[in-house]
Amino acid sequence: MTRYIVQRLAESAVVLLIMSFVIYGLIGLMPGDPIDLMVSADPDLTPADAERLRALYGLDRPILERYLNWLGAALSGDLGYSRIHARPVMAVLLPALVKTVWLMGLSFALALAIALPAGILAALRPRSLLDNAINLLAFAGISIPPFWLAILLIILFAVILGWLPAGGMGGAGLGSAIAHLALPVATLTLVTVGGIVRFVRAAMMEALRQDYVRTAQAKGLSARQVVLGHALRNAMIPVVTILALNFGTLFSGALITETMFGWLGMGKTIYDAIMGNDFNLALVGLLFATLTTLLANLAADVTYAWLDPRISYK
Amino acid sequence: MSGGEKFDLTAGAAYAGGPPQTVRAILWQRFLRHRLAVASLIVLALLVLAALAAPLAEAAFGLDATRVSLLERFQPPSAKHWLGTDELGRDLLLRLLYGGRVSLLVGLAAAFCAALIGTALGLLAGYYGGTLDAFVMRLADGVIALPLLPLLIVLAAVDLSKLGLPAALATSEDVSFYRIVILISIVGWTTVARLVRGATLTMRTREFVRAAEALGARAPRIMLVHILPNVVSPIIVATTLSAGGIILLESVLSFLGLGIQPPIASWGNMLTGAQELIWSDPALAVWPGLLIFVTVIAFNFLGDGLQDALDPRAIQG
Repeated sequence: MTRYIVQRLAESAVVLLIMSFVIYGLIGLMPGDPIDLMVSADPDLTPADAERLRALYGLDRPILERYLNWLGAALSGDLGYSRIHARPVMAVLLPALVKTVWLMGLSFALALAIALPAGILAALRPRSLLDNAINLLAFAGISIPPFWLAILLIILFAVILGWLPAGGMGGAGLGSAIAHLALPVATLTLVTVGGIVRFVRAAMMEALRQDYVRTAQAKGLSARQVVLGHALRNAMIPVVTILALNFGTLFSGALITETMFGWLGMGKTIYDAIMGNDFNLALVGLLFATLTTLLANLAADVTYAWLDPRISYK
Repeated sequence: MSGGEKFDLTAGAAYAGGPPQTVRAILWQRFLRHRLAVASLIVLALLVLAALAAPLAEAAFGLDATRVSLLERFQPPSAKHWLGTDELGRDLLLRLLYGGRVSLLVGLAAAFCAALIGTALGLLAGYYGGTLDAFVMRLADGVIALPLLPLLIVLAAVDLSKLGLPAALATSEDVSFYRIVILISIVGWTTVARLVRGATLTMRTREFVRAAEALGARAPRIMLVHILPNVVSPIIVATTLSAGGIILLESVLSFLGLGIQPPIASWGNMLTGAQELIWSDPALAVWPGLLIFVTVIAFNFLGDGLQDALDPRAIQG
């Protein structure tokens, strides 16, 4: 098992390295470069000055050389400065990470708290009225554009009812924090929960068909013991894997939600960095998101092996 | 469809007491039993017709969908403007119809391209197996696992003239359409590839494929003539199911200002400015999103129904 984890960690490091080169190259292909920004900020700069500055900062060098320079600096801990925030990249990203963890964590917990009972109930009575209703709502959750859901929630709760703020981070105090988190968490929960319900339902139906469930029923266990003790425990194995593999999707949802509500998390920071030509911040932010996703996938595989003793990694 | 499956299906129909039927008729009947899927098909057909009829509606109303009229901003619904006008005084209904043309066209074109890539990779991976299979499947895993939206935002922001494209092409109006179709196909092929690969793996060992190999048929012929016709149903199901997600992705990118560029309307970019308008005219923020929602959910129901109808294991359905 340890060997397997080490091997997967090494694989993830290779993927991260490849992605860092790809993202570095893509960022270089975005409109403008740091010197263009200097030229537009300072009308006294002549084209000759611009060329001199490009040579000074090494921007006229081949991309591979520039990438290796960046990689060397990054590995020694120098990730550069953010242009928009005028602070070291890490000083911008770490607080944003905390905010995103709050948003994603709360939404994910809430989505699970809704999806587990809903998926189990739907699987127990396939094609019943309840199953059809749950299925319909799950499809609605999968199909709704997240940014439009955010707009609808803002219209209802901020414009019409006036109960909650339309966005922003809020001031100090628990009440303000809850009020500002309510709509973003609701949005992200609603766009996440549909997919989870469908996973849980499918996995439960598969588990309920198995022989050990019939055995458990035959030996006289209560319905509760059969469903929760036998079927659910086994159904959770594929569910956990799929959930961790969908971490990237959750992050994409968080980016939209954060942008809509002005929640200063990773997603909005990355989006603003890309749109505002903040090359260093965009690069490191994207790599950070990639790294987190890779670790989530790794965690999925390890949990899978841990939950299911039949699986061996040799 | 191979002979064996045809026999099974007709046997099932004979058991039900009906007259002998073709496979197509049985599949059609099984599909019709999914009322949601049938309703979705009708809704999608109506949306396509409405989008195609946009110029006719324009002529019938005597309006121009692109004409900006600052004296007619934010008008409520009236006989002249059925859904009112937007922040630039343009007729909202006509904008929605023209936006629907773009959104549906992008969705269908990207779903088709993604299905094409996915089918090719799935066939190759499933037929040849080994290293190629492992590579394609790991690539699919990677594409699914990565945080796609931020990466797509960077890709959408790439300056095409830096890639060596002629400036006239890189800055033309249509380029946003091709760019988004290509971008979405690059990330959207995985579902089709997985399903086609799985189906190809089982087909590869079937007698008719072994027979074709024994007769000396070359690999491309076996894949295209013998295997492809037998994996059509998973392709159809996966393409339909992914079309919804693709339209959703287009709307998100256009909404963020990175997809279809104004003045060309798409349902996504019609909502770009809507967030500022919710205090003055919430209706403008409701209609385009409602159409995206209806289209995506219709594609998902349709795919779900097709999956049940075309799944040979679910004959009792």
